[in-house]
Amino acid sequence: MNARVAVLCAALASALPLCALAQGFAGMARDAEGYGLPQRGQRLAFPIDHGAHPDFRIEWWYLTANLEAPDGTPYGIQWTLFRNALAPGNPGTGWSSSQAWMGHAALTDETAHRGAMRIARGGIGQAGVTTAPFAAWIDEWRMQGIAPPGEDPLSALSLTAQGADFGYDLQLAAEGPLVLHGEEGFSVKAESGQASYYYSQPFYRVTGRLDLPDGAVAVTGQAWLDREWSSQPLAEDQNGWDWFSLHFEDGSKLMAFQLRGEGTAFRSGTWIAADGSATPLSDDALALRPLSETQVAGRRIPTRWRLALPAHGVDITITALRGDAWMDTMVPYWEGPVRVNGTHAGTGYLEMTGYE
Amino acid sequence: MRRVALSALLAHWRRHPLQLATLLLGLALATALWSGVQAINAEARASYARAAGVLGQDRLESLVPARGLPHLDQDIFVSLRRAGWQVSPLLEGQWSRAGISVQIVGLDPFTAPRSALPGMILDETRITDFLAPPGLAYGAPETVAALTGVVGLPPLAAAEGMAPGLLFTDIGIAQSLLRAEGRLSRLLILPDQPRSRPELAAIAPGLERRAPIEQADSAQLTGSFHLNLTAFGLLSFAVGLFIVHSAIGLAFEQRRPMFRTLRALGLPLRDLVVVLAGEVVLLALVAGLVGIALGYLIAAALLPDVAATLRGLYGATVSGSLSLRPEWWLGGLGMALAGAAIAAGQSLWRLWRLPLLAPAQPTAWARASTRALARQGIAAGGLALVAVLAAVHGQGIAGGFILLGALLISAALALPGILALMLAGGARLARGALAQWFWADTRQQLPGLSLALMALLLALSANIGVGTMVASFRLTFTDWLDQRLPSELYVTARDQEEARRLRDWLAPRIDALLPIWKVEGTILGGPVEIYGVADHRTYPDNWPLILGEADTWQVLARGQGMIVNEQLWRRADLALGDTVPLPGGAVRALVGVYADYGNPKGQVILGLDDLTALYPDVDRRRYAIRTDPAAVPELKTALTEEFGLPSDSMIDQGRVKEISLMVFERTFLVTGALNVLTMAVAGFAMFTSLLTLSTMRLPQLAPVWALGLTRRRLARLELIRAMLLAGLTLLVAVPVGLILAWVLLAVINVAAFGWKLPMHLFPADWLWLGLLALAAAGLAAAWPAWRLARLAPSDLLKVFADER
Amino acid sequence: MLLNIENVEKSHVSGGSRVAVLRGVSLSLEAGETVALTGESGSGKSTCLHLCAGLDRPDAGRIVVVGCDLARADDATLAGLRRGTVGLIFQQFNLIPSLTVRANLAFQARLSGRDDPDWCGELAMRLGLEGLHDRYPEQLSGGQQQRVAIGRALAARPALILADEPTGNLDEATGDAVLDLMLELVAESGAGLLMVTHSPRLAGRLGRRVRLTGGRLA
Repeated sequence: MNARVAVLCAALASALPLCALAQGFAGMARDAEGYGLPQRGQRLAFPIDHGAHPDFRIEWWYLTANLEAPDGTPYGIQWTLFRNALAPGNPGTGWSSSQAWMGHAALTDETAHRGAMRIARGGIGQAGVTTAPFAAWIDEWRMQGIAPPGEDPLSALSLTAQGADFGYDLQLAAEGPLVLHGEEGFSVKAESGQASYYYSQPFYRVTGRLDLPDGAVAVTGQAWLDREWSSQPLAEDQNGWDWFSLHFEDGSKLMAFQLRGEGTAFRSGTWIAADGSATPLSDDALALRPLSETQVAGRRIPTRWRLALPAHGVDITITALRGDAWMDTMVPYWEGPVRVNGTHAGTGYLEMTGYE
Repeated sequence: MRRVALSALLAHWRRHPLQLATLLLGLALATALWSGVQAINAEARASYARAAGVLGQDRLESLVPARGLPHLDQDIFVSLRRAGWQVSPLLEGQWSRAGISVQIVGLDPFTAPRSALPGMILDETRITDFLAPPGLAYGAPETVAALTGVVGLPPLAAAEGMAPGLLFTDIGIAQSLLRAEGRLSRLLILPDQPRSRPELAAIAPGLERRAPIEQADSAQLTGSFHLNLTAFGLLSFAVGLFIVHSAIGLAFEQRRPMFRTLRALGLPLRDLVVVLAGEVVLLALVAGLVGIALGYLIAAALLPDVAATLRGLYGATVSGSLSLRPEWWLGGLGMALAGAAIAAGQSLWRLWRLPLLAPAQPTAWARASTRALARQGIAAGGLALVAVLAAVHGQGIAGGFILLGALLISAALALPGILALMLAGGARLARGALAQWFWADTRQQLPGLSLALMALLLALSANIGVGTMVASFRLTFTDWLDQRLPSELYVTARDQEEARRLRDWLAPRIDALLPIWKVEGTILGGPVEIYGVADHRTYPDNWPLILGEADTWQVLARGQGMIVNEQLWRRADLALGDTVPLPGGAVRALVGVYADYGNPKGQVILGLDDLTALYPDVDRRRYAIRTDPAAVPELKTALTEEFGLPSDSMIDQGRVKEISLMVFERTFLVTGALNVLTMAVAGFAMFTSLLTLSTMRLPQLAPVWALGLTRRRLARLELIRAMLLAGLTLLVAVPVGLILAWVLLAVINVAAFGWKLPMHLFPADWLWLGLLALAAAGLAAAWPAWRLARLAPSDLLKVFADER
Repeated sequence: MLLNIENVEKSHVSGGSRVAVLRGVSLSLEAGETVALTGESGSGKSTCLHLCAGLDRPDAGRIVVVGCDLARADDATLAGLRRGTVGLIFQQFNLIPSLTVRANLAFQARLSGRDDPDWCGELAMRLGLEGLHDRYPEQLSGGQQQRVAIGRALAARPALILADEPTGNLDEATGDAVLDLMLELVAESGAGLLMVTHSPRLAGRLGRRVRLTGGRLA
């Protein structure tokens, strides 16, 4: 999920200083000295690795869900908690904690896209992540583990967030295993070797309630949680990306992305079978082509795509539910639910950055 | 044609450069004092606005501890955030060490309202320094410059646009600087709140909302001070206008033959008036610009003292550096133009009414006229009536200033008449021919000098009035300090636990340990501090009560009453026996009122046990120590060694008094400076008037010379004449000044500060001022007199020879 | 001898250059003698008179008034001379505006310490100033003012009266009346009179007549 890394990186290029504040300031694609670096062959251990890794510079708990009202109206929600170490070494306690936290939440339907943001520092309890019991929170936004003892803490979650004009309260239950990307969770991000630890839980069944200006709506659907942490995950010449997480009706799933740089785009992804078995995709396995664009926030953004993955018989068209799913946070980016048609039908989420 | 006329008219100034200089300098001085004062006011107002706007406090509501406690727990902040309340923590406090003091504002850049933060704080290259110990403190450039090298503060960085006198640091850094770990002053409620959140009472029952306006009261508090300055500026401006009026009047009179010639040559009267008005505007613009430059210098020189005054009196911080704000320099230019218009108006009007063939010779342009004196006298009487009415019925500071203005103008208008009477009396008593002539001639000079003398009267009265007020205040204040600070040493523990240990340790070693415990809260709509006093003889023996019964202190000790400071008593219009609701709902009867000079806040004193019962979590860290004064240094050393108390936690009586008096002296430094400037302007007015008269007086002096007086003797008489007039003016100024002092002490002070002061008389000062006035008059007359003494006989003979 | 002028020279600075006004004037006057000094405008008549009064000093020559050599006298001596020895009458009267007629009349006499109220009273009567005692100069007509000036000059009983066109500002009838009065009083007092006038008619009424032309006496 390079895209999410890049969202954070965008902060560095941004002139908005608070954004930089929330992001860490040494520069993400720059020097990682003093921070931990992902090691090839290091096995992930759960539930420890569900928690925070303060010795790495950046980390997130990133959840998207495609939902539906009883009348079939589609919705999408996003719940993200970013962690950033502002300085390497001992994170410190109290106000002098070097851990900065940022939350993004959004609710998209066919009529509107609504977003909100929170930032906080660690050390005083305003934001953080614990493993036993599992909880990730910033202010009143919470991702709370509700799994019975003995099971993976991420296998059942309650999730809430709200903004000035929306809110949601959802229950999530995993119907499949955790999926490790790359080599057992060691995910390479660039030809020059940048990498991150990256795993997902793409098999959530969701039930719950959305709060909209017109009233509450009961919804059901699917959700996808990404967990990733690193210290220097991007190459310097990478400036934009398009990232897809798709649920197909046959139960299979696809994570795919392209990093647009100076030369040809670096493409990668994971094919996830309905049983949870994952196949990393090589750079040349994917074909991606924008079909049409939408004018959003003063820039043109491709909101309709053609994606082909011949090795798995996939040739699909991906269409945004709303073209204006613009996250007007300190780091602006596009993130919204999509519909999938073609050889495979389904739903999913699309994230795009770097369109100026 | 107009151009030709203008150049002919302007040629006059080439021939009379001194007159031109007088006119320009007079107007420039008037403008300078006015715009200087306005520049100071504008800077101060800008500082208040910035201070009020710190972190958007002028717009945002905040949450404060409900029971008047100084702090709230930072866990409450986290609880509120986790319940959905979008609030941002603030910790404010005064940091001081070794006599240096600065306001610390601790904030959380993560949650603080972004638009209200100075951009510098968010500088991404320094944010990590800002957050991590030792932190980084941002202040206005001058604040940073003043604090450079002070030990104990975080590294400093200058940020433009910040309110002066305070430092922004991260809240964590502020907690350790202010020794307030885990505590906050209040929480700002951010404008954007989420969709739903629980009631405040459910999360933080100990907090209450406070409206944004309450924190921005500097402007209100200091309004009277600025009105004061403005009044001074206006006074100076008026004094300066006297100069301009006489210079313009003279220039018009001297050019009357030319006006006649120009008109005879066919220049329409309207054009002549337009050209002359244009000339006045031109001169006013030049003088105005010079005046604004001078005003800037004056303001820049005075501003640091004004800033110190405002800090000392009101706790308001004002930038010590000056910026060129259009509101004052445009205003200054406008005043210069308006002043020139006022000064020239009469002359232009006369010109307008002048018949073409009127005699061209300069008549005495301000001739003695009993009718004019009578008219002025009637106006003076009317204004005196206004002053009396304002004294009887006037309300507040505005009434006080109406009283002052009416009093001063009335006295100024009455002055020529009074002087004429005095001189007539002198003439009647005179024996010799020369003496008779001297008195009679002095009286004849009166109209030409009356404006300058009125200016002198204003300056002298202001001097006596303000001087008496300041000296009375100082006398009262020092006495009061002696009474009010009976304890030999004051200590502040770093926390409650240390305070407890300190108490135990000190008990056997000293005469008495008197707690200085306080909470803050709101009484009758205003912020107050509530203290508790121990039942100890120190208080009945020393504490100066303005109102109270013999048993006031016993009543306090029994927890059955309260006493308040004079400010609160006046502001809330309380009477003994009134019951007053305290924060938290308790009610106490008022049993006494005490003087509390120099404190902008209302204050309440309860019995100590009463205080702790009502407010159990009162801050208990401060104590006053009664002991043998000789033992104080030893005690301080012991406290440092035993408890590691830093030296700034202890302050002895002498030092407190020293600081208080220093604040006091600085407070009135500006007043003194303005006084001197006003005197200087008045002296200059006198000088220009005498200079003007000296050329016009030759026809009056030449016959006396011809009849047998030497020029030197005449010059000496001229000098004595000026000093006589100054002396007589002083005689009038003393009673006027004393009335002024009374108004300042009993009316303005009460309205502006909330306290009334007893008036003391300082005749030695008047003597000194009298000498000063005589010296000023002597100096002003010296040059014209010297010129007369050295005048060539042929110049005097022209009087006889000239066909006039 | 009351007044003795020997070879007096005087020049004025005018427009940057020196203009010789008197080029060696000699004249003498005995007690009781009346002399008219005539000449064209600008011939130096007034200058000569001013020198005699001690109002200015000659560039060269000698002026002795009642035994006092003016060229060598200091300012104070000259002032004393003007107070007590000389009586001055100007064309513009030059009364002191701040003093009443009474005070003006007695002013010089009182200055010189020779105040004689009876004499002043008589002078006032003779000059027709009764009833005007408490007026100020500006309230008088020109003729009245000049009569006050004549009275002022005579009040101190000076030895020498110096008059500069005393009737120059008056109409002819008034002028003649004032001149008559002046001559009469001068004659009575026994003082000498040197009067500057450009009018041959008036000059003819005095005992002797000298004429200034080209800076010299003709």
